[in-house]
Amino acid sequence: MTVTEPPGVAPGNRGNADFVRSAMAPAAKPPSSEVGAIAWLRHNLFTGPLNTLLTIGLVLLGYWTIPPLVDYLFIDAVWTGSDREACIYTAERTKVGACWAFVVDRAAFFTYGFYPLAERWRIDVFFVLLVIGIVWLLHLRAPRKDLAAIYGFVFLPVASFLLLSGTPSLGLPTVPTNLWGGMMVSVVVSAVGIVVSLPLGILLALGRRSNMPAAKLFCVIFIEFVRGVPLITVLFMASVMLPLFVPDYMQPDKLLRALVGIALFASAYMAEVVRAGLQALPKGQYEGAMSLGLGWGQMMRLIILPQALKITIPNIVNTYIGLFKDTTLVVIVGIFDFLKAIEASRIDPTWAAPTVSTTGYIYASIFYFFCCYAMSAYARSVERRLAVADKR
Amino acid sequence: MKKLLVTAALAAATAFAASAASAQTLNAVKQKGQLACGSNTGLAGFGQPDAQGNWTGFDVEYCRAVAAAIFNDPTKVKFVPLSAKDRFTALQSGEIDLLVRNTTWTLSRDTSLGLEFGPVSFYDGQGFMVRKSLKVASAKELSGASVCVQQGTTTELNLADFFRANKLQLKSVTFATSDETIKAYDAGRCDAFTTDASGLYAERLRLANANDHIVLPEIISKEPLGPSVRHGDNQWWDIVKWTHYALITAEELGVTKANVDEMLKSENPDVKRLLGTEGKFGEAMGLTNDWAYRVVKHMGNYGEMFERTVGQGSQLKISRGLNDLWSKGGLQYAPPIR
Repeated sequence: MTVTEPPGVAPGNRGNADFVRSAMAPAAKPPSSEVGAIAWLRHNLFTGPLNTLLTIGLVLLGYWTIPPLVDYLFIDAVWTGSDREACIYTAERTKVGACWAFVVDRAAFFTYGFYPLAERWRIDVFFVLLVIGIVWLLHLRAPRKDLAAIYGFVFLPVASFLLLSGTPSLGLPTVPTNLWGGMMVSVVVSAVGIVVSLPLGILLALGRRSNMPAAKLFCVIFIEFVRGVPLITVLFMASVMLPLFVPDYMQPDKLLRALVGIALFASAYMAEVVRAGLQALPKGQYEGAMSLGLGWGQMMRLIILPQALKITIPNIVNTYIGLFKDTTLVVIVGIFDFLKAIEASRIDPTWAAPTVSTTGYIYASIFYFFCCYAMSAYARSVERRLAVADKR
Repeated sequence: MKKLLVTAALAAATAFAASAASAQTLNAVKQKGQLACGSNTGLAGFGQPDAQGNWTGFDVEYCRAVAAAIFNDPTKVKFVPLSAKDRFTALQSGEIDLLVRNTTWTLSRDTSLGLEFGPVSFYDGQGFMVRKSLKVASAKELSGASVCVQQGTTTELNLADFFRANKLQLKSVTFATSDETIKAYDAGRCDAFTTDASGLYAERLRLANANDHIVLPEIISKEPLGPSVRHGDNQWWDIVKWTHYALITAEELGVTKANVDEMLKSENPDVKRLLGTEGKFGEAMGLTNDWAYRVVKHMGNYGEMFERTVGQGSQLKISRGLNDLWSKGGLQYAPPIR
């Protein structure tokens, strides 16, 4: 009797168990609908009728909007030129896209405003110092955070003030704030708002939750009063009404008035954000801290605030983004922020052409989007890092 | 609410003005070393920043002319950009010394705000713009035409009045903002577009094909624009008024920025009185006798200023029209300097 050897069975093992495979059969190929690009499409874009519809709709939307947008922003755009002639329709140029030549021509004004030409390097230095401060303070692996804090909260404000406003004793001529403008004003106003509002907001929030009636009453009145009026009204009062009641020589600077207004306004909102974080913590945290014998200050500093601020990061950043965009309202009191600088330039007859206004606004939106997106992206990365503790 | 605030502010301001009246603005300005001038936050041809961040425009040059008369230096001006809402309070509170911000001179403003209006530096008024292809030469031929106009403005009311008075049929198409209005006109929603004439010229340049549109000759409303000062300081008011008259007189006499130095040698008694080689007219105002020479030397005469900022030398190319000299069919007229 001849034994037919089943394929894949080693000859030496024949006697033991002929029916046992000693090597794996090759795996069959998965059905073609489950691998490769087709499967990915099926699983991600065409899972059901609703998703299919949505996918088709979005593709069509992209098809209708993206090519014209690319045409407008890049292909038909005008990149060079010195006045409106570059961007108007002519017999040869029947399609005119974005007039970037206008932005190029006015870029210095958009950035520095009315700041004297010879002194503009001071603003450049300020921007560099600011970027160093931001990176040093915010980069997670940066060395010497203690020095960074001193740099960011003591050196930088003082140096910026001396630089921008001028110190004749250091050979920097004074530049009055009515000459400040453009991106620089937007950055200064939001930076002051952001830096002042968090500590002030924390103090107000703690005050509101405090057991001391006078402090509590003051904080409640301040927060509710400020939140009860629109920012425009605050700025308008500060700029129009204040000068009527104070003598000439005592009048605070116009920009300073706006800065104080915005910082106080943002603080009131920040206080409510922080209070939400304080209230979200379980009572056990407070009791635990107290049972360890910590004083009120230690309890807040070591136990409560770190946790409360951590949960409120999304809301804090949300307030910051709102504040950053609200700075455009300083135009009400005649301060030329970034957006107003663009608006004032777009009406200039030298550059009066059909697409100039749109181009100016596109430039503004790029700037504001970049700043706001950077803030929210950073906040998300911090959230992710802090959330590691919760996953343990 | 905002209106209430403004009213309250103005009431307070008027009370305040009485005490400020005796204050000598000229001395204060000389002491500060610069003229604080209320200007527009951005109006084509009248006040707008250029690429270097210098203020330019017709109203702006007026401020510079006054500064030139006082300091012999047209750069000694601090421009305070003001919105329509806060311009009068800024003047009342002393934040600015002079307001030159395309402000229309009206009776109520003149009498109830504690202001003095200077002479009219620019006669503006509502006009019409149409497509050339419409083949219309006068606004009176616009019967049945649809007209794009901004909502809730005096412009809208003037338009209705003009069409009613001339027994024309009006189809007005209204929009909330001036940007929307001009966009709609450009897109062909209406046959004509109406706003103040100075604005028409500026908006025309932003149309897709500026050369396909013309501004009709009719002006259907009175918008006299001019500088204003605080009530009560007559010396200061005189300086502002006579700076304007000096600019007009210089144009009448043919004194220009280029030839002003030669004109110092002129034998014409009018020129001599203007440029201060004869008489002590400047000192009577608290200035130097060569005040008008300084103005013309730095800024040129009225015609030069006009052409440079809004006229043929600019992109706007507004014709002189009512702003021509009285001797050439316009309204600009200066009392004699003697």
